[in-house]
Amino acid sequence: MKLSHIEKLESESIHIIREVVAEFENPVMLYSIGKDSSVMLHLAQKAFAPNKIPFKLMHIDTTWKFKEMIFFREETAKNYNLDLLVHINEEGVRDKISPITHGSKIHTDIMKTQALKQALDKYRFDAAFGGARRDEEKSRSKERIFSFRDKSHRWDPKNQKPELWNLFNTKINKDESVRVFPLSNWTEIDVWQYIYQEKIPIVPLYFAKTRPIIKRDNMLIMVDDDRLELKQNEKIEQIHVRFRTLGCYPLTAAVESSASSVEEILIELLETKHSERQGRLIDNDQIGSMERKKQEGYF
Amino acid sequence: MDVETFFKNQNEKKQLKILTCGSVDDGKSTLLGRLMYDSKNIYSDQLSQTQTESEKYGTQGKKIDLALLIDGLQAEREQGITIDVAYRYFETENCKFIVADTPGHEEYTRNMATGASNSDIGIILVDAAKGILDQTKRHTFILSLLGIENILVAINKMDLIDYDEKIFQEIKQSFKLTSSQFNFKTEEFIPISALKGDNVFTKNKNVDWYKGKTLIEELEQISLVNHEEGFFSLPVQWVNRLSSNFRGYSGTISSGKIKVDDEVQVLPSGEKNKIKKIITPSGEKDFAVKDQAVTLTFDKEIDVSRGNLICSNEKHNYFSADQFASHIIWMNKEKMLPERNYIFRFINSQIVGKITDLVHKVNINTFDKIASKSLGLNEIGYCKVALNKNTIFNSYKNNKRLGSFVIIDQFTNQTLAAGVIDHELRRASNILWQDMSINKNLRSSINGQKPCILWFTGLSGSGKSTIANIIEQKLHKLSKHTYLLDGDNVRHGLNKDLGFTDSDRVENIRRISEVSKLMVDAGLITIVSFISPFKSERKMARELVEENEFIEIFVDTPIDECEKRDPKGLYKKARSGKLKNFTGIDSKYEIPHKPEIILKTEIKNAEDLADQVLQYLKNNNKI
Repeated sequence: MKLSHIEKLESESIHIIREVVAEFENPVMLYSIGKDSSVMLHLAQKAFAPNKIPFKLMHIDTTWKFKEMIFFREETAKNYNLDLLVHINEEGVRDKISPITHGSKIHTDIMKTQALKQALDKYRFDAAFGGARRDEEKSRSKERIFSFRDKSHRWDPKNQKPELWNLFNTKINKDESVRVFPLSNWTEIDVWQYIYQEKIPIVPLYFAKTRPIIKRDNMLIMVDDDRLELKQNEKIEQIHVRFRTLGCYPLTAAVESSASSVEEILIELLETKHSERQGRLIDNDQIGSMERKKQEGYF
Repeated sequence: MDVETFFKNQNEKKQLKILTCGSVDDGKSTLLGRLMYDSKNIYSDQLSQTQTESEKYGTQGKKIDLALLIDGLQAEREQGITIDVAYRYFETENCKFIVADTPGHEEYTRNMATGASNSDIGIILVDAAKGILDQTKRHTFILSLLGIENILVAINKMDLIDYDEKIFQEIKQSFKLTSSQFNFKTEEFIPISALKGDNVFTKNKNVDWYKGKTLIEELEQISLVNHEEGFFSLPVQWVNRLSSNFRGYSGTISSGKIKVDDEVQVLPSGEKNKIKKIITPSGEKDFAVKDQAVTLTFDKEIDVSRGNLICSNEKHNYFSADQFASHIIWMNKEKMLPERNYIFRFINSQIVGKITDLVHKVNINTFDKIASKSLGLNEIGYCKVALNKNTIFNSYKNNKRLGSFVIIDQFTNQTLAAGVIDHELRRASNILWQDMSINKNLRSSINGQKPCILWFTGLSGSGKSTIANIIEQKLHKLSKHTYLLDGDNVRHGLNKDLGFTDSDRVENIRRISEVSKLMVDAGLITIVSFISPFKSERKMARELVEENEFIEIFVDTPIDECEKRDPKGLYKKARSGKLKNFTGIDSKYEIPHKPEIILKTEIKNAEDLADQVLQYLKNNNKI
């Protein structure tokens, strides 16, 4: 029997997840509700079968996620009997931080990066799983699978420890931590193929449907609630769209599409000419912006 | 294409892990950019972003600089060099590629070894205009050391030498001279131009004299070794007993295959058992093969834990030992020091150990063996390793997963080195511990003392010896048995063969530690007065005796004050350059993190400080 490419990736990821449980005291899985998180969660369940996942999941809620994402999160936690923590940066809520008035940079920093750091400090997690993949973005392609973070959760891209074979360096001192990326070697196509083969549930926003959309800065933005105020000349149109990536709704652009099943998404993907991160406003601030955000502690 | 056909094709695609290596400016990033561009694995927004960056940082004028698709971190885009291993993904009709792009800069050899550790095939780039360089030889050596069996030599920038066949042949012959010293299974040579795309994906009429395959054709047709051969082995990664009625052993199969009802044994105990269930990623199955992450259950319950190995019952070639010989690639600015304690990280265990002998260093340009006392950044040596306890391993040649290790610093947690095991070494088995009827408790009870080590550490001239001397006098008055080991005195005898280099300092302290241990065993209060500048060696001394027997005393005198006192005139000599490797001047002193006692000589006199130590001994029932 010869293992297929996907089977090799699957076993590699399970190995990584088990290694964290064997070597760390207080790991957590960061659950972002997106398709990559769904795959990561599915792999974690396989890693510990027939038993339950032996760690908590945590969602950093910016309070600007799509409503359907939050609904899906609650359903998933219930169906899989997950130990799920939800953390919100209450200071940011008090200061009414919003992606619309403050812009993506400030909003992401306060409601995502700072919120994540608060939560990691609060629960004293020593290892945090993330669903990031190396094919997503150039600075990610150089990150280790076990990626060291100092006491203030910073990443030092020029001082990464060499990572050979699958001998991961799991040694940390007090208050330091690692971020662990079990999906490092998966590509977007691999993820979709796996979702299809394993019938993994994902948020329906990935499937095309007629949704209320406005056009802003050449992006299709869904009006998910009345916090998104229309500017002059903007009007809500009913457009058949889907999302290739999910985040805060005012920062996540939709694509016009008719793909309403995983099969159709795959076909679309094979023909498409845009990468998935294009729909994310936060990456486009400046060249090298992801690298800088990561140094500051962003996922 | 319909989705079912698509998946069938996807699942039939071979996974190939490749590594590109070559010297600076040989065009590695350009080649990778070319592979991704020609295989249509680049999205249009990535392309337009690269276009923007090309205009800003590129080397191709207004034209797109393919290298910029690859160079990820801002610093390297600006400097035009790759500074770290990057992983890239692309696919063709027949294969899925995972590519490690590794830098050619001399100081980044460690990154190349990292990339090679996870690759099946190595592409060595050679600049046609420059030919074989020292770094090409170095890369060939590392590929061979890390067990890469298939190499492709891509002779690049053929466009710059007018596609001259003669030059191509010369380079090929010259490379063969180098590679004939190793055991590569396959070795192919292809003339290419990554910039123009010649012979990468498509054949080009510019090189009509070349009748061979394109780079991509060569890659696709390489057949990798069938890894299911060999005996079954699974290093136990984690024991799953999350519920009371289940006990399974999780891990990734490192060789062979396994079926339900197979007889197995668990090492090191050698206990036999039978496989009851195999839980694979696709659920419970009758069998599983190499590289699958599985959970096994046994017929009867036995004690198994992380660090054990489950393997075939018939016959196996694993060692359970605490010493072995291996090649070590040093990857850190901190030099390797024989006899220093490090953490050795194996597939499922982490054990403290040390390099006892550096048999030789390898000159990786000439492959000559040279004598050396230590290894620096990017140096490779053949070493003997001794661990504090047994672990299970194999030779790297037999099993990559069980034959590799990394070395981690005990304090900084940096990954210092990587090693590949050659063979195990047997400890002289005729030396056994002799049981003695009189032990240290009996010896020390005669005069009502508990043996311990008073370990003084501090700069030269800090006052260690003065205070130590007073303490010994005071203890003597109290009729306690003591012995004072003084740095200078010991260097006249036991350690007169040692100098003051870092590696000699480590050996100096190791001997003193062992001698102190014997003296503690003899029931003495042992006073050690040595600069002992390194944390690692003080930790080693501490770990040789029982927990409360080691009392670290930091004589905390600032260097300015020591220099002012300069009782032996050594600082003056060191400052004038007449004395090398002097602690505090051109050799470092690592301040103790949590010493039992700190003595401040600027605040109190030696007499009072000695009393402070005596008081500590009384409080802790040593006297």
